[in-house]
Amino acid sequence: MTTLLRKLAGDRAALFALLCLAAVAVLAVTAPLLFAHDAFAMVGAPFTWPGADRHHPLGTDVVGRDILTGIVYGARVSLLVGLVAASLSTLIGIVVGLAAGYFGGWVDHALMRLTELFQTMPPLVFVVTIVAILQPSTASIVAAITVTSWTQTARLIRAETMRLRKSEFVLAAWTLGLPPRQIVLRHVLLNAISPAIVTGTLLAGSAILTEAALSFLGLGDPNVMSWGSMVGAGRQVLRTAWYITAIPGCAIVLTVLAIVALGNGIDRLLNPRARR
Amino acid sequence: MRHARYIVSRLLQVVPVALLIILANFFLLRLAPGDLADVMAGEAGAATPEFMSALRSHFGSDLPVWQQLLHYYGRVMTGDLGYSFRNGSEVTTLILSRLPSTLLLVGTTLLVALATGLAAGWFTAVTRRRWAARLVSMATTAGFATPLFWVGLMLIVVFSIELKWLPTGGIEDLDADYEGWRHLLDVARHMVMPVLTLSIFYVAIYARLTHVAVLDVLDADHVRTARAKGLPAGRIARMHVLRNALLPVVTITGMQVGALIGGSVVVETVFAWPGMGRLAFDAVMQRDLNLLLGILLCTSLLVILVNIATDIAYAALDPRIELQ
Repeated sequence: MTTLLRKLAGDRAALFALLCLAAVAVLAVTAPLLFAHDAFAMVGAPFTWPGADRHHPLGTDVVGRDILTGIVYGARVSLLVGLVAASLSTLIGIVVGLAAGYFGGWVDHALMRLTELFQTMPPLVFVVTIVAILQPSTASIVAAITVTSWTQTARLIRAETMRLRKSEFVLAAWTLGLPPRQIVLRHVLLNAISPAIVTGTLLAGSAILTEAALSFLGLGDPNVMSWGSMVGAGRQVLRTAWYITAIPGCAIVLTVLAIVALGNGIDRLLNPRARR
Repeated sequence: MRHARYIVSRLLQVVPVALLIILANFFLLRLAPGDLADVMAGEAGAATPEFMSALRSHFGSDLPVWQQLLHYYGRVMTGDLGYSFRNGSEVTTLILSRLPSTLLLVGTTLLVALATGLAAGWFTAVTRRRWAARLVSMATTAGFATPLFWVGLMLIVVFSIELKWLPTGGIEDLDADYEGWRHLLDVARHMVMPVLTLSIFYVAIYARLTHVAVLDVLDADHVRTARAKGLPAGRIARMHVLRNALLPVVTITGMQVGALIGGSVVVETVFAWPGMGRLAFDAVMQRDLNLLLGILLCTSLLVILVNIATDIAYAALDPRIELQ
């Protein structure tokens, strides 16, 4: 683990991305300490352009809420959804993929039909339907994104598991009489997990994008400030005050770019010999 | 003949997936607050109590779950997806009336993305410059990281509000009442920004795939042989390189079609494009769950059909693949 981190520190692009994300996370967590008011408080004159008032460096929105406060608070739900949805769907994908690849036969068949089913339904339409049914909240958004995004990991882990199952060291472990649990966890999973980690990083990025799209469509958690809903609110006044829409969009792009850069770094680290 | 049999067997394979999707839809309906009749009527209380009890006996809410499920299958099979009280119309009718504009948007996007992506990937591969490869991979990353709705809104700011070149939304100019080719031109003008927004990401993916595939194939033995026997460069490019480079592009098209339809929900919402995506957005706004589930079902079936089409295209491109 420490050597992994040391290697990651040697990758300048990945390190930069990691530091950026860490900074965003620190800002998000300490938001209540940084700002006197919460993100919904009307603290200034509406439609203050960025730079016009030094108390509101990124300006204010339609009803006079501070945009900088909104961006920092919005990072909370974005990072939370990205982290939790990506971890949960990676976990589900690993369990499904391991079961399908290890047991084979009808278990594999059933699980793969299930995977196909989830891959056939258009992900965003599916997520929108689930959130609309469960009522919008951060929990239902995380649940919906998790349910729709485990399939790729499951397929990856299944393929790796099937390959490893036939490998000599797993055969050796069998012959030594190691318990199946230990074989699956230590010998199969540990060797199969690296592509799932890279995919998981990218899943965090797409989860953030999906949450933004949901709250743009009016299906965000109504009780928390989110970048997507800020864009949605700014849309009404696009003609006169496009900065209200532009700024939260930049926050989304930069955050997801940092996540992708980190994912690429992890990929380089775990597969040093891969052709690029 | 061989193709015809393949298509039939492929269509038969679709049946279990379609049945599973209907099953999933049924359980999603049951997950919604209230019973089927409540969902069908919408939560507005648009229906009278008499009508509600009529609906309940119609759906058999008092029956065991498995009988309700059979009931549901029976209705879906006959194309009955229920009634949307908010829109005062059958769900099936509503969806079918919106389907053509979505197909127009998604189809044009695919064509534009294919043409542009192939050309860009081809060019960057043939130049064999490092900056070209880096440009393609940067474009793919940027395309992945940028939310579609935001790109659409920013395009509106630049091209509609500031430059006043293009209309902000809709499919045609409602006041103008154009006919013939002027009408076509009008629709085309309205399509520029939605198609551009929706295609950016796919152009980047296709360019990257083509780039890698062309680089691979250019150094392959069969291409060297073709060159050595003096085939004209254009023929080599078309028959030996492009054909191979198209294979991954076709695969990804099949895999991404669900995401493309999801993207059209967002893009249609931004540009007020009167398609299924916009219908889904309106259904969300009105909490018309039955309509939303109907759209989920129809778009899933659309994905299946496109997947069959890509399978056939794949087999046509690569004779090594056995049609069975």
